[in-house]
Amino acid sequence: MPTIDVNGKPYETDEEGYLVNLADWNEDVANFIAKAENVEMSENHWEVVNFLRKYYDEYQIAPAVRVLTKAIGKQLGADKGNSQYLYELFPYGPAKQACKIAGLPKPTGCV
Amino acid sequence: MAAEIKAPPLRQHAEAPALAPGAMEASKPYVATAKMQEAIGFPGELAEGWERRALDKMGELLGKYRSLKVYLDACVHCGACTDKCHYFLGTGDPLNMPVARQDLMRSVYRRHFTLAGKLFPRLVGARDLTKDVFDQWYTYYNQCSECRRCSVYCPYGIDTAEITMAGKEIMDAAGLGQKYTNEIIGKVHRIGNNLGLPGPALADTLAGLEEDVKEETGADVRFPLDRKGAEVLLVTPSADFFAEPHVDSLIGYAKVFHAAGVSWTLSSHASEAGNFGLFIGSYDQLRTIATRIREAALELGVKRIVVGECGHAWRVAYSMWNTLAGIGAGGDDPYAQALQRQLDGRYTQPMHICEVTHDLIRRGALTLDREANDHRVVTFHDSCNVARASRMGDVPGGQFRIPREIIRAVANRYVEMAPGTTHDATFCCGGGGGLLTDELIDLRVKGALPRMEALRQVADGQGVNFMATICAICKAQFTKVLPYYGFKMGMVGGVHQLVSTAIRLGVPH
Repeated sequence: MPTIDVNGKPYETDEEGYLVNLADWNEDVANFIAKAENVEMSENHWEVVNFLRKYYDEYQIAPAVRVLTKAIGKQLGADKGNSQYLYELFPYGPAKQACKIAGLPKPTGCV
Repeated sequence: MAAEIKAPPLRQHAEAPALAPGAMEASKPYVATAKMQEAIGFPGELAEGWERRALDKMGELLGKYRSLKVYLDACVHCGACTDKCHYFLGTGDPLNMPVARQDLMRSVYRRHFTLAGKLFPRLVGARDLTKDVFDQWYTYYNQCSECRRCSVYCPYGIDTAEITMAGKEIMDAAGLGQKYTNEIIGKVHRIGNNLGLPGPALADTLAGLEEDVKEETGADVRFPLDRKGAEVLLVTPSADFFAEPHVDSLIGYAKVFHAAGVSWTLSSHASEAGNFGLFIGSYDQLRTIATRIREAALELGVKRIVVGECGHAWRVAYSMWNTLAGIGAGGDDPYAQALQRQLDGRYTQPMHICEVTHDLIRRGALTLDREANDHRVVTFHDSCNVARASRMGDVPGGQFRIPREIIRAVANRYVEMAPGTTHDATFCCGGGGGLLTDELIDLRVKGALPRMEALRQVADGQGVNFMATICAICKAQFTKVLPYYGFKMGMVGGVHQLVSTAIRLGVPH
């Protein structure tokens, strides 16, 4: 299994860089993964990442794109509650890229 | 991601590309872990003796499937298939010519299963099954989306998809599985759908959709889950719950049922129409996955089973559910018989959501406002499994006619793409057959080339700005690859997304 090295500590990931152990996640790890993805983490990025983790904690799955956009719209304003805004934050797609940074498993299937 | 992925230039004329031997030899999907393999009954890895296991499996398949033996024997290398595969057209790699893909297995078949190949291997192009040969199988059987376009042009009707499926089944039996498909099959068994969406998350998502539709239309459109005694069980790809643009079609189905006053339900037990058992050629997996739907139908006591917008699911449902799970005529075990007694014989079972909507439109049961789609100039991408492996309605070609008639009923502006790229000659989206995974993005972009060329023509010529389709894989694949060709990702969507835009719901005043 590949690992990433953050602050001198190795963290196990899968081939694509998704954390293997949910509990390994912390903000430094998130920043490290984001950097590798060319994503500069702003406050708004953190809003998304924190929501994803909260939702996952409750439901053991990342939220559907619509659930996410609605929640972000409520927190950051209606103009930001759409997938276009989320793609601006996470160009490779909010579902996959944001999940990776949030330390969640990759959504699978026809998505 | 290593090198930057670029779309190949669009061709002026649809000629065959220059050969680029070895161009795609490095393209292969991640291998399933031992845990994923074992969870679905395959050996965890290529352990000692794998050659024997592979050849035993091949012998078993040759004995069981007459078609496979005929396909391996019948090819005369006429070349009719060579320029028909979208992956060959997009990559130029000669091993992506369907005949070459078949020959990867044909050579092993000749060596181990024919007299001439046993005695004079070199004279008949026979090869031992070695690790190198097996690696080549893994590489190039994972560059076939099992779309069956080549078989339309083969004078012998050789179906490369069946050879690819056999290749995957043999590799799985030997302990070499593909991560994307096999991890997902494990999730279906464990959680109920390809996404791994547990019941409570599904319920929460559906409740959110009810709110959204209420806000949009003012109508109380329901998205029922596990409702016993509903008339219709809707089985749809789990991507419909999760992703865009998929979810817009789910909203469309719900509005259709609402407007027609048909009671319906989804099932948390069978919250997936997709059946990746097909992609890996595993009859056992096909059957086990299909059986969940029968279990849900019996449990919920429904009268009808309807399938949402999912291409390969409709192939499995239309062509295989009857013998796999006794849905439709054919099953003869007690559960299948109980199901036949329960289902309403006045309707075909199973039914495609497009058939449902089409019937309602014909009967004048839906109020449709075509002008609502006037901002769109629509074209239709036929999905491979629907086009070449199923039918809809009661006349030949219904699978082509019915979705188009729905579109014309809900939108004023409709344009066909070039002949030779639609109907039974349709090009695969480039992501089917279990290849819709990120590490294959280069292959997926290149494989989309022929469809992108046809789309470019109608986009530039007639202003097409929306490509409708009825497959979750097509939707996800195009969303991802359209931008590589300079199109907007939102240009692809479902037929029921268009229905959703046009349908007017009776809102109490």
